[in-house]
Amino acid sequence: MAAKKRSSRPYAESAGYSPKTPATGTSLVNVGPTERVLSTLAGAALAYAGIQSKSKAGGAALAALGTGLAFRGVAGYCPLNDVFGRDSAAKQPKPIEIKETFTVYRDIDRVYGYWRRFENLPNFMEHLESIEELDQRRSHWVARIPGGLGTVEWDSEVTRDEPNRLIAYQSLPGPQVDQSGEVRFRQAEGGKGTELQVVMHYRAPLGALGQGVAKLLNPALSELIRSDIRRFKMMMETGEVPTIEGQPSGRGHDKG
Amino acid sequence: MKALCWVGTNKLSVERIPDPEILNPHDAIIRVGLSSVCGSDLHLLDGYVPTMREGDVIGHEFMGEVVEVGPALKNMKRGDRVVVASVVACGGCWFCDTGQYSLCDNGNAHAAVAEKALGYPGAGIFGYSHAFGGYSGSHAQYIRVPFAELGCFKIPDGVGDESALFCSDAFPTGFMAADMCGIEPGDIVAVWGAGGVGLMAMHSAYLLGASRVIAIDRFPERLAMARKHARAETLNYEEVDILEALKEMTGGRGPDRCIDAVGMEAHTTGAEHYYDLVKQQLKIETDRPAVLRQAIMACRKGGTLSIVGVYGGLIDKFPMGAAMNKALTFRMGQMHAQKYIPRLLDYVQGGSVDPAYLLTHRWPLERGPEGYDMFKHKTDKCVRVAFQP
Repeated sequence: MAAKKRSSRPYAESAGYSPKTPATGTSLVNVGPTERVLSTLAGAALAYAGIQSKSKAGGAALAALGTGLAFRGVAGYCPLNDVFGRDSAAKQPKPIEIKETFTVYRDIDRVYGYWRRFENLPNFMEHLESIEELDQRRSHWVARIPGGLGTVEWDSEVTRDEPNRLIAYQSLPGPQVDQSGEVRFRQAEGGKGTELQVVMHYRAPLGALGQGVAKLLNPALSELIRSDIRRFKMMMETGEVPTIEGQPSGRGHDKG
Repeated sequence: MKALCWVGTNKLSVERIPDPEILNPHDAIIRVGLSSVCGSDLHLLDGYVPTMREGDVIGHEFMGEVVEVGPALKNMKRGDRVVVASVVACGGCWFCDTGQYSLCDNGNAHAAVAEKALGYPGAGIFGYSHAFGGYSGSHAQYIRVPFAELGCFKIPDGVGDESALFCSDAFPTGFMAADMCGIEPGDIVAVWGAGGVGLMAMHSAYLLGASRVIAIDRFPERLAMARKHARAETLNYEEVDILEALKEMTGGRGPDRCIDAVGMEAHTTGAEHYYDLVKQQLKIETDRPAVLRQAIMACRKGGTLSIVGVYGGLIDKFPMGAAMNKALTFRMGQMHAQKYIPRLLDYVQGGSVDPAYLLTHRWPLERGPEGYDMFKHKTDKCVRVAFQP
């Protein structure tokens, strides 16, 4: 169930929104995708060769150069490119889009209001550890990397905020996360509550290489976000998230 | 505690497992008093319901006593004697708010699984596979009931445990079957299946204004019950041609409303039965729809077919031409227990129906596997066995 295959005509478009904006487009990416892959691979090879090298000085230099190249590949940012005004990233890979739609049987101001307090998001978004609101527009996000591989952090800024209609936000320039989101709210016909559509764009932190991996992972990620939003609906409608985690069975205690 | 677990196709076993605990604010823990088998459990046993896992506690029709209440529950207390809806519904979504509890958006803890199978997820059901939430069932000494204030109903004084028990599932399912028929005065209602649900559908058809009820089954003791308790005329499909007999009994018009209280493992006579059985065994079709086909052919033009027998997947040789050209109305669904239970407890308390007669065997939980075997093969004139854990 790849997100791409879902309804071709975006809900957002009918609300007068153009979904063309790619992720944030604001990350300091000035190394093109092919170059990033080569950079990463060459960098890793060099660093490895350097570390293995018998000549200490030469080895250290190789390792440093390798690490630098690898960083350049992973982050997509090259300080030298910056100095020389070179940008090989002009043709960026398209950001990945995830779109999920739910109806929440609650009044629109309540649904919008809960979401607008970003500090609430980790209550239902499982991969988020915390969000701290720095001021009206800016917030600091901390997300867990799946598999217990640590956390990533970034700052995000609200770019549009129309009460009971729309919240749009995007990550601020930084090498780790290039992500943006739009949350749209619309009163459902027939007193069925509030229609909620979440559209997320992101670029993987590992450039083209990561982008390929991310595309493979997209259905899984799409499902994760869908279950996040389902949890939001459940919390708004019932005050809890149904679970069987911890119930007894012939297997002992269930894990969920 | 002791619990009856599904171990594999046609394999059940009584196990010692940990006691349940409150996991969510709206949970309650019930000490199970009586827990009944249900025809729909046989589909689990026979392996026709996917997403069962080894060690799942089965059972969904039960009553008992409240022993622990979650922090968000205000109108329940320890010691309350309750009958519990087999369907887990939240009470906070649009479907619950409009009385369609089995379609609840939030009652299923594994909504994503159900969504894949059905397009949209429905409510949870106790002890009925992970597609229905994976909730541990009631064939155990204790059970955790989510959204307990919505799902538990205090049993009125004077109503016995055995009578209240079947208000959990069999009676509301049968009642909903009759309710979906849209019965009008003078209607003749035919009910396929004279098990617990079918018998309750017969009582309900009269309660809702039917003038005659016809029961179809092949077990003499069940047909005798239909005559004695539910005032039904009866037909044994192994003895008569059902379509001919129904025509004769209805002046050639056919029954106005037809209820399928059998579902996906229907048994019929002759080649048709073996055709479906073979296809089902080969997994070419998942469900055997013999009753459905017969009901479509039997129903009067412009009549209603109400389906509460459970179907799980795909069926074959569905006489759509007959259904369309006779302008039949189809109504179906898992039942909205929470909507019907208070009304049914009133009927029971008032004496108009007493479902206690369904209980032919009252056994300890240790005899669970044996009980299901008896129920499945309908030996010893078993209609319902309930375990007393």
